[in-house]
Amino acid sequence: MIILYLFSMFFRIGLFSFGGGLAMLPLIFQSVQEFGFMTAAEFSNLVALSQVTPGPIAVNAATFVGFNYAGLLGAVAATLGVCMPAFLLMLIVMKFMEKFKESRGLQGAFAGIRPVTVGLIGAAAIFVAETSLINGKLFSMKLLEDPLSYINGIPLAIFAVTLLLAGKFKISPIKITILMAIVGAVLCG
Amino acid sequence: MKESRKKALKEHGSLFWEFFKIGLFTIGGGMAMLPLIQKVAVEDKKWLEEDDMVDCLAVSQALPGVIVINSATYIGKRRQGLTGSLAASLGVILPSFLIIILVVTLLGSIGENSYVTGAFTGVKAAVCGLVLVSACKLGKQILKGPFQWTMAILAFAAIGIFRITALWAILAGAAAGIVYLQIRSKKAGKEKQ
Repeated sequence: MIILYLFSMFFRIGLFSFGGGLAMLPLIFQSVQEFGFMTAAEFSNLVALSQVTPGPIAVNAATFVGFNYAGLLGAVAATLGVCMPAFLLMLIVMKFMEKFKESRGLQGAFAGIRPVTVGLIGAAAIFVAETSLINGKLFSMKLLEDPLSYINGIPLAIFAVTLLLAGKFKISPIKITILMAIVGAVLCG
Repeated sequence: MKESRKKALKEHGSLFWEFFKIGLFTIGGGMAMLPLIQKVAVEDKKWLEEDDMVDCLAVSQALPGVIVINSATYIGKRRQGLTGSLAASLGVILPSFLIIILVVTLLGSIGENSYVTGAFTGVKAAVCGLVLVSACKLGKQILKGPFQWTMAILAFAAIGIFRITALWAILAGAAAGIVYLQIRSKKAGKEKQ
């Protein structure tokens, strides 16, 4: 019973959260709390754990909640639940795209969506920057008033070196990630 | 016949394994995975053309749920149909699943270890750079005229500065694209006359 409940709860979370990852966490907290599964302290534990372990944040969170409340089977149910909507919806959309490939409307839509995607990914870099390179929002007056307390030096240097390694020397993202984890552990740890 | 089956089986394995590595080596969720997916699918394995990759990312962003599952499903389906998308999706989920269970079983939860937080700080700063490089790579491919540049800058400002949900930006982009193509083809028609 609890297995079924976990599955349907996380299926709902997967279905109704846009923006992925961190955007899903509040919804997860609300749903889990409703059922009396989790306290705020446990939740902050979950947030920390989902962020420092690799992989999609929503999958980490689902596995964590499912495993804590119903063991291995619970973990499987919650994880499959949270992934299933994305999987099924994508298959449906691809079928639709295949069918209307020649339609002018769909071609126009993608002509507009493609450049938007570029802007979107650029914006994602800002969101990540605001949790690592700087304290607070990038576009704010604080940057001009008190730049030194605003900027995190070592992460900024790591960021700059990453740009060089990935952009100019085409080093693989995996190698850069591992290297910067070590640099971070040594310099910031 | 046998040869082609062997090849298909091998590609299923490769989809699973490459996405397993993507799941294993990206910390910070969704966006952190993008540079890696782009590199593996377009540059290394040549699973998708760059254009198709952009469509994959666009649809992934527009749909609800776990973004990387969307992308894994898309790429898997393109290469090997339903079973291919299953292989890629399972591959990307499995590392998280195993690691969380391992950590909860062994530690109860993650302790306050300063080396771990330090490593995390380093990775996040690197991810920021990797995502930016990805955006530039895609930009070079896609931003070919004033319309594309305008759309990209508007989307960047709307989401990055004014914090609008990505879904709305994508829907607005779709509408603008339909209008743009309509106007352009009308113009082309007039010039012919």
